[in-house]
Amino acid sequence: MTSGLGPAIGVAAAYLAVLSAPVVAPYDPTAQHREHPLAPPTGIHVVDREGRVHLRPFVLANGADGAARAYPVRFFTRASGDVEAPSSVRLFAVDPPAAIFLFGTDTLGRDQFSRLLYGGRISLGAGLLAAACALTIGVLCGCVAGFFGGWVDTAIMGASDIFMALPWLYLLLAIRAALPLTVDPGRALLAIVLVIGIAGWARPARLVRGVVSSVRSRDFVAAAAAAGASPARVLRSHVAPEAFSVALTQASILIPQYTLAEITLSFFGIGIGEPTPSWGTMIGAMLRQELSVAHWWLAAPAAALVGVSLLYHATADALHRRALTMGVTR
Amino acid sequence: MRRWALAFAFAVTAVAAGSAAGIRAVVVQSPGTADPMIVDGDVGRSGGALVIAARTEPKTFNPIVALDAPSRDVIWRMHADLIHINRETQRTEPALARSWTVSGDGLHYVLHLRRGVRFSDGHPFDADDVVFSFAAYLDERVHSPQRDLLLIDGRPIAVRKIDSETIGVDLPAPYAGAERLFDSVAMLPRHRLEAVWKAGALGDAWGISTPADDLVGLGPFRLERFRPGEEIALARNPDYWKQDRAHNRLPYLTRLTFAVVPSEEAQVIRLRAGELDVLNRVSSQHATTLDRDQANGPYELRDLGPGLEYHFLFFNQNDPAPAAVRAKQAWFADERFRRAISLAIDRASLVGLAYRGRATPIWGHVTPGNRLWANTAIAHPPPSRPAALALLRDAGFKQNSAGTLTDAHGNAVSFSILVAAGNAALTDMAAIIQEDLRRLGVSVQIAALDFNAVLARVLESHDYEACLLRLVDGDVDPNPEMNVWLSSGPTHLWRPAQTTPATAWEAEIDRLMRQQMTTLDAGARKRLYDRVQTIVAEKLPLVPLVSPNIIVAAKRGLGNFRPAVLDHYTLWNAEQLFWRATEARR
Repeated sequence: MTSGLGPAIGVAAAYLAVLSAPVVAPYDPTAQHREHPLAPPTGIHVVDREGRVHLRPFVLANGADGAARAYPVRFFTRASGDVEAPSSVRLFAVDPPAAIFLFGTDTLGRDQFSRLLYGGRISLGAGLLAAACALTIGVLCGCVAGFFGGWVDTAIMGASDIFMALPWLYLLLAIRAALPLTVDPGRALLAIVLVIGIAGWARPARLVRGVVSSVRSRDFVAAAAAAGASPARVLRSHVAPEAFSVALTQASILIPQYTLAEITLSFFGIGIGEPTPSWGTMIGAMLRQELSVAHWWLAAPAAALVGVSLLYHATADALHRRALTMGVTR
Repeated sequence: MRRWALAFAFAVTAVAAGSAAGIRAVVVQSPGTADPMIVDGDVGRSGGALVIAARTEPKTFNPIVALDAPSRDVIWRMHADLIHINRETQRTEPALARSWTVSGDGLHYVLHLRRGVRFSDGHPFDADDVVFSFAAYLDERVHSPQRDLLLIDGRPIAVRKIDSETIGVDLPAPYAGAERLFDSVAMLPRHRLEAVWKAGALGDAWGISTPADDLVGLGPFRLERFRPGEEIALARNPDYWKQDRAHNRLPYLTRLTFAVVPSEEAQVIRLRAGELDVLNRVSSQHATTLDRDQANGPYELRDLGPGLEYHFLFFNQNDPAPAAVRAKQAWFADERFRRAISLAIDRASLVGLAYRGRATPIWGHVTPGNRLWANTAIAHPPPSRPAALALLRDAGFKQNSAGTLTDAHGNAVSFSILVAAGNAALTDMAAIIQEDLRRLGVSVQIAALDFNAVLARVLESHDYEACLLRLVDGDVDPNPEMNVWLSSGPTHLWRPAQTTPATAWEAEIDRLMRQQMTTLDAGARKRLYDRVQTIVAEKLPLVPLVSPNIIVAAKRGLGNFRPAVLDHYTLWNAEQLFWRATEARR
């Protein structure tokens, strides 16, 4: 478990960062700074032209007279220029006409850093929600199929085959097209994420079923049944816990997978929609730019996605190793 | 009869009717026994090859049924028409018909065919081929998308042979500038296709698996090889009927290759690497970086300014409409509301942000790229929130203390804008409009759907509130747009197929459009269409926003490279292109 602690902490830190977006993000993620389209990341300085070191970092911007001037970064302050300030206090901000774009701006002059944080709430949240749905249904069905066997097993596994064979992307496109246009994009995404989650139950169900069907023939299960425990109790207290580590490993695989699903949906234009950011819409916007030559900062959401996915996979590896070790020692 | 291609559908094309100049005189190019067409331009050098990028491979080599741009791009290098619209001048000029006359009532045309013309298999071309070609295009069984273009008032034009070099064409009704009808109607080899046509299989003929030697045409090139997913190579047609000023037979290039490169990013990289010679369209995103590095690259970038394509916003004014939409239609029907929305939108931001400055703001539906027909007198009111609010107040709207705009009944003004997903510029524009209208107190939801779903909602179910669309005119002439501007037209977007005009100004547009279609005097016709443009700009059934610039790129040293804003932008004069450098390429 020790080796998995680092990645798990990293994942937790990512969630903490996106949850604290209203304080950490310097701007409203939808605010368009139209005078700064595709601005590169703002340089933050501590040494001025004369070589003097400043304890308070500053950014440079042209004042009203056109001359470059230093504007100090203010901490725990109210940001200027908010369109709809979701919180009154920001971790850091600068006074206009200066601007602080840590990760630059997009084509409409929106702050990439703020959008990355707010977008992470949608993308990581979508992954979490969809995985929760898939695992809840998957574990339930897997346990029932594996424990009872027979026609119940055949029916559930048959249904899982059908679900795995469905062309989900086309189905989701059709679902989005059928939803009324006045449906709030957030609710539309929520509906679609739930559909993805519900649709994704088949794979975890198969894995859990495998574990459960091997566990149910073990001695301690037979002993519990012989001692008069009801099938529900045997399943709940003796069999299901054996599938827990499988479910946990699956969770750490499914969450980044479903985060990617949100990105895919956004790529096809059926994600959260403008102006609300998500990593998917941001990556979609990035792909429209010639970032290999310019605007490399638009790749920030892709970098964040890769980072979070790696952390999740490292966590999954650690959980898997732990499960194997426990299996050997039991 | 009309030809509007809704962008994405790749189907823009062909053209129809109505010369801007209203050419009525005989145009004679080259009298004589054998009369190749002499074209103006630099006298070039023969040899070399040119590679142009193609997004996808063609679906067919059959000019009668081809609808998609990739197919037509290739096909029109292998075929020719009787009278052609010069993409540079936007006017008609002789092609396989060396001259023509028209009767005083505009109903009867006599076309004199060029002599000594041969198909790419060496077979002579004559009036029988012309009669056969029109019969094929007009045959309902063939399902040619161009058939509609050859119908006037729902009746087909009649084409008859007078002698082997002369054709008579009778129109069922007067049609201004009818010579434009002949553009993009390919003349087909009767000796090759008549039997197939009689067997009822013409629509399926000349598919992509047809052997190269079986594809016969009158264009400057002929098919050499087709490697699916890779390239379409065309070889010079040695029997082509055009010559340069020094009487050298065209084309100059030995080979013209369409290289299939699906992504624009890859196309740009290959252009920079010198593997591609021409990009027929460069997006504003890529143009910015290509322009910046132009001095060090092997290519030149040409920004031709606005083309015929334009973006606009429109509101659902259908009756009946779904109940949810009906509640908002009182706003949409009020021209003060539409004018206020137009005034609130900052077109400069649309141009600067969505197109990096490579577009032109517009206030009328005919773009400045249409040099013959644009009404330059249309006003360009600057964006103004106070002026927009004043109009809205006049119409009974007001802003509450929270800044939200409400109507006379206290309902908050909110609507959705339908937009085709996957189009970067449209999506950016929708977000900019959303922000502009938010500042007015109007809440806008952007609904991005698959393009076909957008079209189905606009034209069939009418289940939408507002829509942002991109439209490409196939020709500069107003006649192909009849179905859009007539209130009874099936693509009268904001309220299609009306039995009687819903408003007095729509009735006036109906009258003006019908009148211009039969007015043979060019000046009078222009005045009529100017009035249509003025009405549209005032009543704003479509709120015109921007017209994107046509940007192309080509390797340096390409002679006679004169890109135009009419499709095909770069290869419209492919027969004249040549490499200036001594090292003839590839």
